Amino acid sequence: MRKSVVPITVVVLAIVLIWYLAAVVLNSAWAYDRAKRADVSLSFPELVSDTWSQEKPRLPVPHQIASEIYKTTVLQRVTSKRSLVWHGWITLSATLLGFALGTGLGVLLAVGIVHSRAMDMSVMPWVIASQTVPILAVAPMVIVVLNAIGISGLLPKAVISMYLSFFPVVVGMVKGFRAPDAMQLDQMRTWNTGRATVFWKLRLPSSMPYLFTSLKIAMAASLVGAIVGELPTGAVAGLGARLLAGSYYGQTIQIWSALISAAALAAVLVALIGLAQTMTLRKMGMLR
Amino acid sequence: MIWSVSAVLVWLVLWALNVRLSRRPKSKVTTLLVPTIFGITVLILWEGIVRGFDVSPVLLPGPAAIASRFAGSLPILWTDFVQTFVKGALSGYVIGCGAAFIIAVAVDRSPFLQRGLLPIGNFVAALPIVGMAPILVMWFGFDWQSKAAVVVVMVFFPMLVNTVEGLKSSDRMQRDLMQTYGASYWQSLVKLRLPASMPFVFNGLKICTTLALIGAIVAEFFGSPIRGMGFRISTEVGRLALDMVWAEITVAALAGSAFYGSVAAVEKLVTFWHPSQRI
Repeated sequence: MRKSVVPITVVVLAIVLIWYLAAVVLNSAWAYDRAKRADVSLSFPELVSDTWSQEKPRLPVPHQIASEIYKTTVLQRVTSKRSLVWHGWITLSATLLGFALGTGLGVLLAVGIVHSRAMDMSVMPWVIASQTVPILAVAPMVIVVLNAIGISGLLPKAVISMYLSFFPVVVGMVKGFRAPDAMQLDQMRTWNTGRATVFWKLRLPSSMPYLFTSLKIAMAASLVGAIVGELPTGAVAGLGARLLAGSYYGQTIQIWSALISAAALAAVLVALIGLAQTMTLRKMGMLR
Repeated sequence: MIWSVSAVLVWLVLWALNVRLSRRPKSKVTTLLVPTIFGITVLILWEGIVRGFDVSPVLLPGPAAIASRFAGSLPILWTDFVQTFVKGALSGYVIGCGAAFIIAVAVDRSPFLQRGLLPIGNFVAALPIVGMAPILVMWFGFDWQSKAAVVVVMVFFPMLVNTVEGLKSSDRMQRDLMQTYGASYWQSLVKLRLPASMPFVFNGLKICTTLALIGAIVAEFFGSPIRGMGFRISTEVGRLALDMVWAEITVAALAGSAFYGSVAAVEKLVTFWHPSQRI
């Protein structure tokens, strides 16, 4: 791990550098245009400082985004509609609910698939096929239909998150529940254990590494679902709404700050699952 | 009432048939037949419930209504398909995967870059990249170019990570053997490491098929010309013409499955030697 700290830092610095340079190139047209109308000619340092401080740049630079995030998180009350924390919480709650539902559904399906051959043969191909369908396309319809029958707010978004997150869980857990090898299953049989005991004492414990790997993917997918689920209701609330509102009014800095907060949210959530993974696996003695 | 009861009855009968079929030893026929029967039962149950409970077509149209709408508006569906899939998704997919592949081969020469880029690539692959869509729509305009750009951004990192992973997948022993043959860098790349990386490369290509379609459709929610699957879905939802939405989703599902299926077929040809392909 320590060996890769230097390379990662170098790559990140390179990305930031390219970002600043790209901002100069992308925003220069607008800067030149303004200078021409004001009848002044821009020197290079002036051009650079202008392109890095425009109000609606084509590409805002990192420090502009950072100051926008600072302004909308620290300087605003958490309950205010301008607060990014408030929008982030709305997205986060939908993400977590959808994630919980999707994980529950996924584990249940996996249990069914492992124990019933008929279910394995008939459901599994459809579970896989369901993922070649661009399910996010259904998002607007789910929102509108659930709205029409009087369900609005958190649940419709959570349903979309659930749909996106159940698949990695099903596939991972089917693999996990089947991870015990024939020798271990035979051992259970020689002890004359029932199916339930085999499940609780053998299959479930040995599926743990698979569970956490798929939970990480499911969490990332769930967040994407929640964000996309916020688009069709119009720009009401949530990080997705900030994206949409920003794109309506050309507020690029707002779009980028919503995007960066979504990325940070995803990183924190996945890291939390990773932490739970290390702790659980260490307790179970599965971590080498 | 009679509709829903008979639908449930049909469902029970076909499920019993499936249970019996799956007890028989696995063969090509049963592995194909069982899921097909299951799919048909779901459709029958759906139609039965829609008719039996008189569900308003504004909420959930039945499969029959969707099929008739599908057949009735083929020209519109075709223009949308060309706009979103052929122009947006496919061109972005080719550019994005191609660029990622070339960069992965280039990065592979430098262990330093590998150690720096891989964790970042893995990190970025987990981020909600679809959020880039409004920015790219702003940069590249409303037409298919911006959709292709979204697709490029979405497929780039999964593809990069998989290809780099694949290029490392040849054994130490095999690489040593190439060295004893006195093979140059390019020879060992072309003859050993690229072929060995193919299972990983195709894994990335398969993941990217779905991402490409999702990216192209979602990018249209942020602005598009008056054609395209995402545009049609969002406007028809607004008009509560759900049968048209479902027809469009059917097109998306068919296109997505066909895309995935054709990549998987090419994979079978290229990586015939891999254990997962030998049955």
